[in-house]
Amino acid sequence: MTDDTNIQGIPAPEGEADLIETDYDIGQDNVEGQVGPFGFDIHNPVFLISGLSIVAFVVYALLAPTQAGDFFGWLRPALTSNFDWFFLMSANIFVLFCLALIVLPVGRVRLGGAEATPDYSYPGWFAMLFAAGMGIGLMFFGVLEPAYYFGTPWGDAPLGTVRPFTEDGALVAANVEEARRMALAATSYHWALHPWAIYAVVALALALFTYNKGLPLTIRSAFYPLLGDRVWGWWGHVIDTLAVFATLFGLATSLGFGAQQANAGLEYIYGIPISITAQVILIVAITAVALISVLRGLDGGVKRLSELNMILAFALLLFVLFTAGAATILTEFGRGIVAYAQEVVPLSNPFGREDTGYMQGWTAFYWAWWISWSPFVGMFIARVSRGRTVREFITCVLIIPSLVCVLWMAVFGGAAINDMIANTTESAVYANVIAAYSPELSLFAMLESLPLASITSTLGIILVIVFFVTSSDSGSLVIDTITAGGKIDAPVPQRIFWCTFEGLVAIALLIGGGLAALQAMVISTGLPFTVVLLLLCYAIWRGLRAEQA
Amino acid sequence: MFTHIMVPVDLAHADRLTRALEAAADLAKSHDARITYVGVTAPQPGQAARSPEDFADKLAQFAATQAEAMGIAETGTHPIISHDPSVELDRALKEAADSLGADLIVMGSHIPRAFDLKSHGGHLAQMTDRSILLIRDPQS
Repeated sequence: MTDDTNIQGIPAPEGEADLIETDYDIGQDNVEGQVGPFGFDIHNPVFLISGLSIVAFVVYALLAPTQAGDFFGWLRPALTSNFDWFFLMSANIFVLFCLALIVLPVGRVRLGGAEATPDYSYPGWFAMLFAAGMGIGLMFFGVLEPAYYFGTPWGDAPLGTVRPFTEDGALVAANVEEARRMALAATSYHWALHPWAIYAVVALALALFTYNKGLPLTIRSAFYPLLGDRVWGWWGHVIDTLAVFATLFGLATSLGFGAQQANAGLEYIYGIPISITAQVILIVAITAVALISVLRGLDGGVKRLSELNMILAFALLLFVLFTAGAATILTEFGRGIVAYAQEVVPLSNPFGREDTGYMQGWTAFYWAWWISWSPFVGMFIARVSRGRTVREFITCVLIIPSLVCVLWMAVFGGAAINDMIANTTESAVYANVIAAYSPELSLFAMLESLPLASITSTLGIILVIVFFVTSSDSGSLVIDTITAGGKIDAPVPQRIFWCTFEGLVAIALLIGGGLAALQAMVISTGLPFTVVLLLLCYAIWRGLRAEQA
Repeated sequence: MFTHIMVPVDLAHADRLTRALEAAADLAKSHDARITYVGVTAPQPGQAARSPEDFADKLAQFAATQAEAMGIAETGTHPIISHDPSVELDRALKEAADSLGADLIVMGSHIPRAFDLKSHGGHLAQMTDRSILLIRDPQS
C-alpha cells in the first residue's frame, strides 16, 4: 500500500502467518452502548479501572500535595540511585538484543506475514517515530544537555571529564576540546541507541504478536508466550491498566511542565508574563489542536501534523547548522560519532564508576523515563510499522533515529558550546545553563547567539507546542485502543474523552500542584517496566523462532 | 434502473443488517443487478477477523452465504484496509463506490436519536453523487 492511497481493496493475500490458537475473541469483554449522543465500546474492566485510578491519584496529589510530593520526591531518586546498575545493564541488553536481531536469520521475518507490504512510506513513518515520543525532548534537551555537561560546575561531569572553565568563568583553553568531545558523546549516549532500543523492544513485541500472531493490539498481547490464555484475565487487565496509567500521567505531567516552559519562553522572547492563566490557555490550545488531529484520524491528522513538524524541525536544524558554522559543526558531528563510539562502552558500564552524579542523576533517570514512556511510544510505533521485516524495522527504529539524534545534538549542542567558548560568561547559554540553571530557556538562549533570533525563537516555540500536540494525539489513540481491548475502530467519542481527560488532568495538577510528584511517580514505573521489557525480549525471541520454523 | 449495487457490511455486527441485506437482494433480483459487499477493516486484528487476509476470506464467505440464501445471481466482495476505520469509514466507502462504479448504495442505518453526532449514511450521502437507500431496522 502506498502512502497517498491509504484506503484500497486488498489486492492479494498477505502470505503465510503463524496465528496463535486462542479461544479469545477480540471485543468479547467489551461493553457497547450509548450515553446520550455518545456511543461507546469499552473494555471491561480496563477502561473503568484506569479512569477511576487516574482520578484517585489526581485527587490524592491535590488533597495531600506535601505527602505526595515527599513520597514520590523520595521514591524516584531512591530508585535511580539504588537500581542504577539494573537500569544500565538492562538498557545494554536491549541494545545488544536489537543489534543481534539485525544480523541473525530471524531478521528476515516480515511483520504482517511474508507478503505484507508496508503501511507507510519512509518519510511518514520516520515523522511519526519522532513525533510521538522524542521530538519534544530534542527541543528541550538539545541545547541544555551538551551545554550542561560541557560547563557543569556541580561535579556531575560525565566520566569525571575536565572542566573548560575556571571558578570565575574564564576559559581553560587546554581543556576545551576534551570537554566538548565528552559533552557530545555523553549526550548522544542518552539519545541514540539505548532509548531507541527500549522503544524498539516494546514496538517489535507488539507488532509481532499483533500482525503475525493475530492477537489484539494491546500491551497484554505481548505476554501471551509467557502467560498463555491468562493474559485475557486479571494478569492482562493489570498490565493494560498500568500502561494506560503510565501513558496518561506521562503525557499529562509533560503537558503541564511543557506549558510552564512555553510560558517561560514566551516571557523571554515577548515579555508575556508568567501566569497560571497563560499556562492554562496553552494547555487548552494544545489539547484543542490535538482534538482536531485525533478527529481527523491517523492519516489525516496525526501523520500530517508529524510531517509538518519534521519539516519545521529540519528547517531549524539547517538554519542552526549554517549560521553556527556548517564546516565546524559537521566536523563536530563526525567527531561526535567517533566520540560516541569510543565512550559508549565506558558510559554504559555501571560498575566501578565515580561519576555517580551523571550516572544516577542523568543516565538512570533517563532510562527510567524512556522505559516508562515505552508502552505508549512502542505501541504507537507498532501501529504504524506493519509490512517491514524485523531487520528493516530495527534498522529504521534503532540505527537511523540514533544517527539523527546524534546529528541534532551535534548541531544544537555544538552551536551552544561555540557560543560559550566565544563569549564565556557573556554568553546567554552560559548565563541560563551554568550561571543560573534555567533549562527551559536554554534553546532560546542559544538561538539568541545566531542571526534572526526573533524569527527562529518563534519557530522554536511553535515546534515545542506542535510536538506536544503530536504526543497528545498519538497518546490518545494509544490509550483509546488499550481501553477498547485492542479494537482500532472504537467510537470516536472515546478518543475525544481521553484527549480531553489528559488536558484536564494537566490543568488540575498545574493549578492545584502535584505535577512534579506525579511525574516522579510515572518515572518510578520505569523499574517494574524494565523487568517487563526483559521478559518481552524473551517473548520476541520465542515468537520469531516460531515464525521462522 | 440499477446495474451494480454496493452494500457496506460491518462483519462484526452483520446480525443488525438483516433488513438492508434483504432489501438489497430484492432490488438486485428485480433490476438484474450485481451486488458487491464492501467491508472495512484495520490492518490490526479486530472483532471480525484476525488479519486482512482472514477478513477478505470471511467477507467472501459472507457474500457466498447471501447469494445462496437470497438467490442473488451475481455477487462480489471488496475488502478495504483502512489505517483508522473509526474516522475514515465514510471516505473509504465513497472511494469504493467510485472505484466499483456502483449506481446504488444500500446500507443499514440506526433510527436517529436525540443529539446524534453523525450518521454514516447521511454523511456518505453528502459526499457521493450516487443514489443511497438507507434501511432502518426497528430492532437496532
